Amino acid sequence: MTSAMLPPAPSGGPVDDTAVDDKELLAAKTRGGGFWRDVFRRLRRNPSAWVGGVIIGIFVLVAIFAPWLAPYGPEELPGQQYITPGHIPGPGEVAGFPLGLDRFGGDMLSKLIWGARASLVIGIVSTLVGLIGGMILGLIAATFGGWVDTLIMRFVDILLSVPSLLLAVSIAALMGQTPVAIMIAIGAAQVPIFARLLRASMLQQRSSDYVLSAATLGLGRGRITMSHVLPNAVGPVIVQATLSLATAVIEAAGLSYLGLGGGVPQTAEWGRMLTYAQLELAVNPWIAILPGICITVTALGFTLLGEALREAMDPRTRAR
Amino acid sequence: MLRTIGRRLLLLVPTLFGLTLLLFFWVRALPGGPAVALLGERATPERVAEINELYGFNEPLIAQYFTWLGQLLQGNFGVSIQTQRPVTEEFLRRFPATLELTMFAIVLAVGVGITIGYWAARRQGKPADHFAVFASLIGITIPVFFLGVILKWVFAVQLGWLPSDGRQDPRLDATHYTNFYVFDGIITGEWDAAWDAFLHLILPGIALATIPLAIITRITRASVLEVQNSDYVRTGMAKGISRGTIRGRFILRNSLLPVVTTIGLQFGLLLSGAILTESVFAYPGIGSFLSRAIFTRDYPVLQGFILFIAVIYAIINLAVDVSYSFIDPRVRVQ
Repeated sequence: MTSAMLPPAPSGGPVDDTAVDDKELLAAKTRGGGFWRDVFRRLRRNPSAWVGGVIIGIFVLVAIFAPWLAPYGPEELPGQQYITPGHIPGPGEVAGFPLGLDRFGGDMLSKLIWGARASLVIGIVSTLVGLIGGMILGLIAATFGGWVDTLIMRFVDILLSVPSLLLAVSIAALMGQTPVAIMIAIGAAQVPIFARLLRASMLQQRSSDYVLSAATLGLGRGRITMSHVLPNAVGPVIVQATLSLATAVIEAAGLSYLGLGGGVPQTAEWGRMLTYAQLELAVNPWIAILPGICITVTALGFTLLGEALREAMDPRTRAR
Repeated sequence: MLRTIGRRLLLLVPTLFGLTLLLFFWVRALPGGPAVALLGERATPERVAEINELYGFNEPLIAQYFTWLGQLLQGNFGVSIQTQRPVTEEFLRRFPATLELTMFAIVLAVGVGITIGYWAARRQGKPADHFAVFASLIGITIPVFFLGVILKWVFAVQLGWLPSDGRQDPRLDATHYTNFYVFDGIITGEWDAAWDAFLHLILPGIALATIPLAIITRITRASVLEVQNSDYVRTGMAKGISRGTIRGRFILRNSLLPVVTTIGLQFGLLLSGAILTESVFAYPGIGSFLSRAIFTRDYPVLQGFILFIAVIYAIINLAVDVSYSFIDPRVRVQ
């Protein structure tokens, strides 16, 4: 640490001029507060973190309060009388349907709102599946080492031998056409990422000083893992989880675009909306544009936040 | 060197082996058994029994697995339920299409991506850089199929500049020797066919290339930033080495290392993106066939194609790893 930490010279004497000109650094040094406080502080200064956070906040709120926000139910088709073979009303054309209608007569605004809920659920569940599955595998592999480690890593390699979307597609296809299948499929494709991450993180921690000293003090292996190694490995996992959420939202949309995930054609899911929107591009492009924008912006929000988090936790930029 | 390649290839074997195990048990684990899965709604008890006999589903699992594995090793990947043609044949028929598209996309992604990444890094902090960063962020998060739909709408439906579907205008009676349409057109001298095939590649190629392009841009930019601020570059400039040499041999060459590594990964992205892109543009490659196989529960196709793709993906990654040791002399010394 710099000499800003030293008490000022008692009288006269040379004063250290490497004054901390950065208010924030000064706050960090005087208030301290540890790793997480520091991360949060740096996050607050990052504009993309704010943008990402706001986007995610809106997305989550819309998803949670969908039943109250959406004018119509998820599978209602209130505007059927306005649909003719050559014409589907766009945004602002028909009163009561601010964003227009889709080809089945459903209200676009409602569909988008309910779609947010579907995407949120699928995104969170599949990321959790990947996270928990990956963490368990990584934990076991790193803790036991030896042939257990090799076996688990071979399995992870197998999962990685197929590109992730393909893997998710094949699992979902083989499991049947339900939303649960999609969640497990996408989650399974994320497992190897988390497994490798946690294992690498744990192996790195294991050779660090505080673990060695804990072992010297006589703490058992399990205790060391649980209360020392794991909490420190959590950081990168959180970053990856946020980024995986972005991937999950996009892949879920992709899978439902392909028709996996069941439901009827008018199901309110952003990817599914795009499947049928393709057919009506010449008639009304908004049916395709609006859900696509929703998917992109939501994924963007998670990506921005995840990357800001990664930057905030990066030790190279922290220890200045 | 050769030992490393050999070792990697050897490692590939148990991985693929494990993959076959996984695929095999997946299909068998489906509710109702594989026969029901194969037949779908047409599953009557008699038909189920028939299928069980025909495909040997009544044998003990281990026996089934080894029979299947034996068939695989002989090159027999089964017959597509949908088209009644061998899976291998279906794959070989359509693979050139996807390969052509993928190569177009990779050339686009690498060429444009490295250029923009380098360009942005040299203008760090300026508006051009910010724009490039933002654009690449959008490029990463935009779903491939959405981009494809938008491109199709703008350029094919609205402007009519480019064709919207397929590989070639059916009215052109083009000869196809290699099934690589552009190449075919060139070697047979049918320039209109080659040009037409090229036009058909553009939209799906752009859609497919976007994500890898964005990723390559970001990595190039980050890499160039790191290199251009490093000591040896500064030393070179202090010694008076010409700007061109610094840019070419010092900065560019050394910053390309991380980029090369990701190209292998991008290939995987391209192969999987192909499923979605080919669906949007009705492009007759392995992607669209695979997505149809999903709908029709064509398991032999699903299993076979996934295995093929896994092998290709693994070989590409191996090739990239090997090339890495050619480019980076530090790796060679190990």
